[in-house]
Amino acid sequence: MKELSVNHLLGIKYVTEDDIQLIFETADHFKEVINRPIKKVPSLRDITIANLFFENSTRTRLSFELAEKRLSADVINFSAASSSVKKGETLIDTVNNILSMKVDMVVMRHPNPGAGVFLSKHVNASIVNAGDGAHEHPTQALLDAYSIREKLGDVAGKKVVIVGDILHSRVALSNIFALQKLGASVKVCGPKTLIPKYIESLNVSFEPNLRKALEWCDVANMLRVQNERMDISFFPSTREYTQQFGVNKKLLDSLNKEIVLMHPGPINRGVEITSDVADSKQAIILDQVQNGVAVRMAVLYLLASKIQHNED
Amino acid sequence: MSQKVLLNETEVHIALHRLACQLIEKHDTFSDTVLVGIQPRGIFLANRLKTLLQTDYKIKDVSLGHLDITFYRDDFRRSTKPLEANKTNINFIVEDKKVVFIDDVLYTGRSIRSALTAIQSFGRPSEIELLTLIDRRFSRHLPIQPDYRGRQVDAINNEKVKVCWKENDGEDAVYLVNS
Repeated sequence: MKELSVNHLLGIKYVTEDDIQLIFETADHFKEVINRPIKKVPSLRDITIANLFFENSTRTRLSFELAEKRLSADVINFSAASSSVKKGETLIDTVNNILSMKVDMVVMRHPNPGAGVFLSKHVNASIVNAGDGAHEHPTQALLDAYSIREKLGDVAGKKVVIVGDILHSRVALSNIFALQKLGASVKVCGPKTLIPKYIESLNVSFEPNLRKALEWCDVANMLRVQNERMDISFFPSTREYTQQFGVNKKLLDSLNKEIVLMHPGPINRGVEITSDVADSKQAIILDQVQNGVAVRMAVLYLLASKIQHNED
Repeated sequence: MSQKVLLNETEVHIALHRLACQLIEKHDTFSDTVLVGIQPRGIFLANRLKTLLQTDYKIKDVSLGHLDITFYRDDFRRSTKPLEANKTNINFIVEDKKVVFIDDVLYTGRSIRSALTAIQSFGRPSEIELLTLIDRRFSRHLPIQPDYRGRQVDAINNEKVKVCWKENDGEDAVYLVNS
C-alpha cells in the first residue's frame, strides 16, 4: 500500500519520483471517472477546501474547483481583489480566520515565492501550491508530465525543450524538476535575457537556436511571454520575439520528425505559437487541460487521505 | 497460523457450475443482464463465470465489467492503511439492465454498499442482484444478503476466508485461515 511522502504539495522539489508515479497512477483512475456519465465520486464529502487566489487565474482555479467538486468536497473561494487583504490583513491572519471555519485543505496562489512553504509552517491545514510567484507551480508540471506520459507512453528517456520566458516562469522551474525526476532530459530555449543566469546548475543546458532545439527534442513546451511580470524590456519587440522564438507551421514541417507541442495557456496566438499550430494534431494543449482535472483530483485525494479523521 | 480447507478444487468447480446454472434459470439469454465483478478479488470469479457460461452453456453474449469501489468506500481516512484504487472497466450501458454483482466473499456487506453507490454513476439499473462464492454468516454490518451463494460459512471475526484462483494464486481452493 502506497501513500505520499509529504503532507502538502508545495513544489515538485519536495516530492520523490515515487510520489509522482503514485499521483499518475491515481490520476489514471480519476481520468476514467471523469469520462463516466456521472463524473463524481463521494470520497472527499467530509473535507472542506478553500481556494485562496491572491493572484489572477482562470484555468488553474476552474480546474481545481472542478476537481474538488468531482471529489464531493465542500469548496469556498476567495480572491484577493474583493477581500480584507486590501484592508491590510496579514496572510496568516487571513488563512487562520478561514481555517477557524473548519477548513481542511488550502489551495493557494500567491505572488510571493515561498508563500506556500511559509503558510505550511504556521497553519494547521494541508496546503497545495497553485503557483507562488516565479517559484513553482507543481500541479501544472504534474499535468504536463502526465500528458507526455499519455502521449508518448513514458517520460523517462524523452527529450523536452522549454521555450520562452524561463526567468519569470514558475511552470518552467516545476517542469524541470518533474521531468528530471522522471528521467527525461531538459533544455531551455529563448532570448538570453529571459534565461536565468545559473540555469546550468539545474543540469539544464541552454540552446539559443530554436530550430536546433526543436530538432533535438521529442516535446516542446511553449511558454507564454509574461508581459505582466516584465518591468523592463527583455527583448526589442514582440515581432522580433516571434521571428526568433515563435513556432509556425513552416518551421514544424521542415523538421526531420514530428514533435509534440504543449502550452500551459493562456496562449498569445501569433506570438509564441501560430494559430494553425496551436490547433494542429501535434498540439496537446486541450489534453493538458483535461488531464489537469484528473491530476488535481489525484493530488487532492492523496493529500486528503493523510488528514487524520476526527470524530468531532 | 493454521488453515483449513473449506472447498477443494472439485468443490469449487461444482459450485461454479451450480452458480452458472442458477444464473441461467433467472437470466435466460442474458440479453438484458450484465455481470459486474467487484475489484480487486471479485473479478476472478466473474471472469470464470463468464467463460463457463460461454463455453459450457453456449450463451453467446455475456457482458462483463469490472467495478472499482475505492472512491466510494466509507472508511476513507478511517482505515489505517491508504486505500489503493484498481481499474474500472465498464464499457456498456447499465441503464435499465439487470446487474449482477459478483464478489468472492461477502463479509460485512460494506463493499457491496459502496458498489451500489458506484454503479449509479453508470446509469439506473432495472435491478441489482448479488452473487458471492462464500457467504460469511453472522458478520454483516448492513442489511445485505446474496441472491446466489456458493457456500455459507460460519466464521468468527479473527478468522479469514481466503479464496485462491488458479490464474492468480496457482490453485482453485477456499481456505479458512486462523491467525
